Amino acid sequence: MDKIPILRMGTFLLVTIQVDLYDRLALNLESDLINMVHKTGARGVLIDISAVSIVDSFMGRILGNIACMTRVLDAETVVVGMQPAVAITLIELGLSLNGVYTALDVERGISLLQTKLGPNDELADDDADDTE
Amino acid sequence: MANTITELLKKNKTQLLDRWIHVQLTSQTLRDDLMSDDELRAQSEELVNALAKVITEENSNQPDSADFDEVFEILSTISMSRARQGFSPRETGTYINSLREAIINLLQEQLLESPAQLFAESQKLTRLLDHFSVITFETFIKGREEVIFRQTEEISDISTPVIQIWDGILALPIIGTLDSSRTQVVMENLLQKIVDTGSSIAILDISGVPAVDSLVAQHLIKTVSATRLMGADCIISGIRPEIAQTVVHLGIDLSNIITKASLASALKHAFSLQKLVIKRLEGDKIR
Amino acid sequence: MLTTLSRDRLTITREQDVVPCRNRVKEAAVRIGMGIVNQTKLITAASELIRNMLRYAGGGELLIEVVCKGRESGIRLTFTDQGPGIADIQLAMQDGYSTGKSLGLGLPGTKRLVNEFDLESILGQGTTITILKWKNG
Repeated sequence: MDKIPILRMGTFLLVTIQVDLYDRLALNLESDLINMVHKTGARGVLIDISAVSIVDSFMGRILGNIACMTRVLDAETVVVGMQPAVAITLIELGLSLNGVYTALDVERGISLLQTKLGPNDELADDDADDTE
Repeated sequence: MANTITELLKKNKTQLLDRWIHVQLTSQTLRDDLMSDDELRAQSEELVNALAKVITEENSNQPDSADFDEVFEILSTISMSRARQGFSPRETGTYINSLREAIINLLQEQLLESPAQLFAESQKLTRLLDHFSVITFETFIKGREEVIFRQTEEISDISTPVIQIWDGILALPIIGTLDSSRTQVVMENLLQKIVDTGSSIAILDISGVPAVDSLVAQHLIKTVSATRLMGADCIISGIRPEIAQTVVHLGIDLSNIITKASLASALKHAFSLQKLVIKRLEGDKIR
Repeated sequence: MLTTLSRDRLTITREQDVVPCRNRVKEAAVRIGMGIVNQTKLITAASELIRNMLRYAGGGELLIEVVCKGRESGIRLTFTDQGPGIADIQLAMQDGYSTGKSLGLGLPGTKRLVNEFDLESILGQGTTITILKWKNG
C-alpha cells in the first residue's frame, strides 16, 4: 500500500503530497501524521500541496481535520503552495478552510510557524508564568 | 426571350448584372467610402454567377434546396465581411433587395404580354430572395456578435491589470462592475501573479467600482478567501463613503476582511505587515 | 442545438476508480482546450459526484461526452447509479445538508462549479446527475 512520507525538520514535520490522493491514502496520512505529531512532540506541521491539482470536499475535510487534531496536540498546521485553480475551485465549492493556516511556499510556511510559536516556544518550558 | 427567372438568370446574366450594379450605384445607401465600385462589381458578379449556375426550373421553387448551398456560402461571406467593415443592417439588407428589384424589372420587360406568368414568376422570386435575405441577416448579426465577443474579451483582458507596487506587494485596481465572469478573470490573474512574483500581500482597490451590492460583495469576499487559501493577505481599499453605507445597510459582513479607505493607507498597512518603515532622510527639506 | 462529438463510458465500483476517472475527465477537458481553472472546477465536480455515487449507491456509471453548441464546446458528464435514490431533492441541494457524515457541500457545491446541473432521482431505483461545463464558461 502506498504511503506518503513524513519528514522531520527540527520541531516541525513536513509532508509533501506528490500523488493524487484517493480516500484510503488520505485517511492513512491523517492518522500517520497525528501519530507522528504525538510521538515527536512536533510544534508545527507543513503540508505542501503544490503538486496537487484537485482538492475536493473530502480532501478539504481531511486538511481541516488535520489542522484541528494537531491543534489539540499543541501543534499548528500550515498548508503551503496551493495552486490558484485549486484555491478558486475550493472557494466556489464553499470550502474556505477556516482554521487552517496557509502560506505561499515551504519557506514562508516555516517562518509563519516560527512567528506563531517562536517567542513562547522556548520560554514556555522554563517559566510559563512570565509569558502571560 | 426568357420566360422564367431561371432562363432569365442563365441567358441575360450580363444584362441583369449591369442593371443590378446600376440600382446599387444609384441607391442612397451606397457606401463608396467603405467599398470601391470595382469591389462591389466583383462581389455582385460572383453572387449572380453562382446563382445562375445552380438555379434550375425545379429548385427555383424550393428555396431551402441543398443546391443553393454555394450561393448561401457566398452570401454569408459577403454579409459577414460587411458586418465587420461597418455597413449598417439597412445597407446590407438593401444589397440583396436591390437584386430582387433588378430581376423583377428585367422580368417585367420580358413578360409584358403575359401578366399571369409574370405574377407566378415574381412570386417564386420573392420566396427565393426572402430566404436569401434571412440568411444575409442571420450572418450579418452573427458577424456583429463576433465583433462584440472579441471586444468583450479584450475589455476583460485590459481591465484587470495586476501591478507589483513593491517587493511582495501587488495592487489590482478594479474599474467597472464586478460580475461573476469578471471576478473569475480578476481572481485568476491575481492568484497567478501571486504565484509568479511570490507576493504575500494583495491590495484590491475598488475606487473604480460604481456600486457594491450584495452580489459584488460576495465576489470580493470570494477573491479575498481564495487569496488567503494561497497563503497571501488581501486588503480591500478605495472604499468610498457611500459604499461603506450601502454595505452596512445591506447587512454585508466584511469584518473578516481588512478594509482601508484609500490605496495609500492600504499600502501603509501592507508595509507594516512586511515590517517596513518609510522614513524621510533627516536634514533634507521638502522642495 | 447540442451536438455530441465523442463518448466515453466508465464503470465505477471501488474507491480506487476515483483517480483514473478524474484523469479521463481531465483528458477530455484538455482535448477541447479548456483552461486550467475550468478544468479544475470540472474535475473537482466530477470527483464530488463519483464519491457520492460510491458512498450512497456503492458505485455506478460515468459517461463523458464532448459536446458543442455553436462556437462553444464543452464537456458533459452523466452519472448514473442504481442506488436508493434521493428522497428530497430540494433538501439535498441545500448547503450544509447531508445524510452521511460529510460537510454537505457535495451537491450544491458541485452545482456552483459547473454551468448546467440536472438531477433526476427515483426512490429505490437510482439517481442520474448530468453536469455540463463550457470551455469558457
